Amino acid sequence: MKTEKNRAEMIKEISGVNPLKCMKCGKCSASCPSYNEMDIKPHQFVSYVINEDIESLVNSKSLWKCLSCFACVERCPRDVKPGKLIDAARQIVVRERGNTYLDPDEIPELIDPDTPQQLLVSAFRRYRR
Amino acid sequence: MQRIGVFVCHCGTNIAGTVDVKKVVEMAAHEPGVVHAEDYAYMCSEAGQEKIHKAIKEKKLTGLVVCSCSPRMHETTFRNAAEKAGLNPYMVEIANIREHCSWIHKDMEEATEKAVILMRAAVAKVNLDAPLKPGESKVTKRALVIGGGIAGIQTALDIAEAGYPVDIVEKTPSIGGRMSQLDKTFPTLDCSSCILTPKMGEVNAHPLINIYTYSEVESVAGFVGDFTVEIRKKARSVDMNKCTGCGLCQEKCPSKKSLSEFNRGLSTRSAIYTPFAQAVPNVPVIDRDACIKFKTGKCGICSKVCQAGAIDYDQKDEIITEKYGAIVVATGFDMIKLDRYDEYAYSQSKDVITSLELERIMNAAGPTGGHLERLSDGKAPKEIVFIQCVGSRCADDRGKSYCSKICCMYTAKHAMLIRDKYPDTNVTVFYIDVRTPGKNFDEFYRRAVEDYGVNYIKGQVGKVIPQPNGKLLVQGADLIDSKQILKEADMVVLAAAIEPNEGVRKIATMLTASIDTNNFLTEAHAKLRPVESPTAGIFLSGVCQGPKDIPETVSQAGAAAVKAIGLLAKDKLLTNPCTAHSDELLCNGCSQCANVCPYGAITYEDKEVNDHGIRETRRIAVVNDALCQGCGACTVTCPSGAMDLQGFSNRQILAEVDAICR
Amino acid sequence: MSIEKNEEFRPKIVAFCCNWCSYAGADLAGSSRMSYSADVKIIRVPCSCRVNPMFILRAFERGADGVIMCGCHPGDCHYTSGNFYARRRMTLLFSMLDYIGVENGRTRVEWVSAAEGAKFSQTMHEFVDKITSLGKNVRLEDLRCRN
Repeated sequence: MKTEKNRAEMIKEISGVNPLKCMKCGKCSASCPSYNEMDIKPHQFVSYVINEDIESLVNSKSLWKCLSCFACVERCPRDVKPGKLIDAARQIVVRERGNTYLDPDEIPELIDPDTPQQLLVSAFRRYRR
Repeated sequence: MQRIGVFVCHCGTNIAGTVDVKKVVEMAAHEPGVVHAEDYAYMCSEAGQEKIHKAIKEKKLTGLVVCSCSPRMHETTFRNAAEKAGLNPYMVEIANIREHCSWIHKDMEEATEKAVILMRAAVAKVNLDAPLKPGESKVTKRALVIGGGIAGIQTALDIAEAGYPVDIVEKTPSIGGRMSQLDKTFPTLDCSSCILTPKMGEVNAHPLINIYTYSEVESVAGFVGDFTVEIRKKARSVDMNKCTGCGLCQEKCPSKKSLSEFNRGLSTRSAIYTPFAQAVPNVPVIDRDACIKFKTGKCGICSKVCQAGAIDYDQKDEIITEKYGAIVVATGFDMIKLDRYDEYAYSQSKDVITSLELERIMNAAGPTGGHLERLSDGKAPKEIVFIQCVGSRCADDRGKSYCSKICCMYTAKHAMLIRDKYPDTNVTVFYIDVRTPGKNFDEFYRRAVEDYGVNYIKGQVGKVIPQPNGKLLVQGADLIDSKQILKEADMVVLAAAIEPNEGVRKIATMLTASIDTNNFLTEAHAKLRPVESPTAGIFLSGVCQGPKDIPETVSQAGAAAVKAIGLLAKDKLLTNPCTAHSDELLCNGCSQCANVCPYGAITYEDKEVNDHGIRETRRIAVVNDALCQGCGACTVTCPSGAMDLQGFSNRQILAEVDAICR
Repeated sequence: MSIEKNEEFRPKIVAFCCNWCSYAGADLAGSSRMSYSADVKIIRVPCSCRVNPMFILRAFERGADGVIMCGCHPGDCHYTSGNFYARRRMTLLFSMLDYIGVENGRTRVEWVSAAEGAKFSQTMHEFVDKITSLGKNVRLEDLRCRN
């Protein structure tokens, strides 16, 4: 099991974000469409990473409530991009679980017909590389 | 052979903390020419200079190396100290072991090693130094102020009061600048024009002040004390001597569709116009792009109605050439363009405005006659949202990295004024931080909250969505109550970042004044020389140097004036003796050096030379010391190596290279 | 297999800085405590156009491993046009140096204004890293000058 410090470092590495640049303006939380669904708010992602409390972050509801719409990424005046941080936290969960590869043929079966299209588009955007 | 003294400064622990000063002294003693080496806690102090004085006298030193801070800091100090002891001031070299060594390295051994090398390079240079004598140049006792806002006005008045003539060059048709657009000023709520207009009048009436409005600086040549400036006086199409300022032409002008620059495009103006009623000079200009006469040739109404016969359609741009001793830049600021902030719907809704636009709306002479109303439907807003830091403090390329400094205060002012005049209007301010350093500033902000009930919310606005019913849905965050806020507002005011006026880069280039990446002019020293440009004879006044409010601008304007007066009061200036000179035995008169000289300082003379016994007349380059600024372009261009720069000679720089690579 | 790095190698780097912009930029880097390698030694020149190609050749001759020249941004020269001359001269010189085996990475021109302390330190970092990876300069050095 990785230490919290390692996981925080990993989040920074995956996301390419320096959370210390945050000036706590809250524009991310102001922009977030799923704010009310979240227990940890977008602007708080940053301090969870700074304080290396990744366990709480990966166990939060927010982790899977974020739509990856990237409104916060787009509007953040400080290039902190909370959306990328939460995305990186998801990556950590997936990586820690192992077995991270899908057969392309399985994908159509896995898609819930109720899945919002935006999520799919975001996923493509995320995994295109 | 030189007799060199090496003085190593501890600078408290600034240098001694990371550089083994004793080691540097010890190593210095082994350098060629060094006859004396010592260290002291503060070399620049009175006692330190006394040590230098004593050593020069006792050891009969012919050259000095001071290992201390940057030469940009204390070179003059040590040169003066040397001069007092009877040594030529140009026999002093500084080894910069603070800024370039102790402050950036942590490892003692590494830093000491570097300090020794820097000391060696300086010793190598002093070994080849020759005494230099500065020349003299005259001072033209006239100042130029670029920009006619409050900064330029104050500077011009202060210089003129000291008895020196001043010219103000202003781009727009009237002086007054941004301050004339403001309604009230914080923190006293003085009416802006009530305090500015008298000053404008004073400038206009002052016998020593000459105002060129609707004019721009075209070119600048020369140097400190003797600048030659070309000013383009744009064709006003109105004779300034004949016009009485009656305003009839503006009334009758049929072309009234142009957007008023003064009202930030919120109202229209005629093609012949003065920007505002109290304009100085009160003489209109014809906007030739909008004028029907200029576009179609048919109209000429203004000329017909003008009793004084002042309209002159044939007027041409005029170039005025004038000499100045000092130039003050006071070009001021503008608000940033908001086209990259789509989330605030500035381009989508007329009811999303900038603070400067609100300033015009609140102003009795503004587009709404001072009534606070929505520009879309003219209704009084009941719910107003202010958004702070729009484009300020941005790390991305959409905005500016700096804090615009004035927004917190003017927003408090706006909020207070609105709550005072329209008590049934709710005002909400979304802020990141409220920054109120300044006399009576925080008290002012607290009054807005406590006495006027302005609702301050810590958090930003994510987006503003124009609604079909004409309202604006503001989605913001309250970080303290941890909730997302959705608020219907009638009007949204954006505190857009301020940036230096767009023309300033061009002016800085003409003046060869340094400018930073944000287009603010750089001061010579952030703390000790805040109103001077590193380029001698150029002074900075107002926001062109950095964001500041009116009181600060006025104090800086006064400071810039004092610096300019200090220069103008001198009869002669000592010129930099580090000029180029050509070796007449080597020069072959090829003219390459004259081609690269930016100052036209090189001419050619037929001169009789004695080349190892052969007497002949040769065409030889001659450098005019008064014009040469010592850049050294000619020295590198010279194919025969005849040109050299005193104080930075080829041999000296090569000696430094050798010392560093040793 | 990777090439073993010689940890002992400390490059000798000469930086020519113009008095008005880059030297002030280096001062700002200093007063802002933005560190860079001690291997960089700065020589002050009035303008980047004062840098004679001869100085750079001499530096390599005397065993320098890299030479960097810094000046005001094009258009912002204190002497109006000096850095334009410098730019042309250096372009020619550097391609000639490359031709005779002094890699292009060993020479660099960078424009650093008086307000760009961070850029100065960043540039020096990059340059030192580059020279360290290139290793000792073996071309042009006159062994007779070594002591």
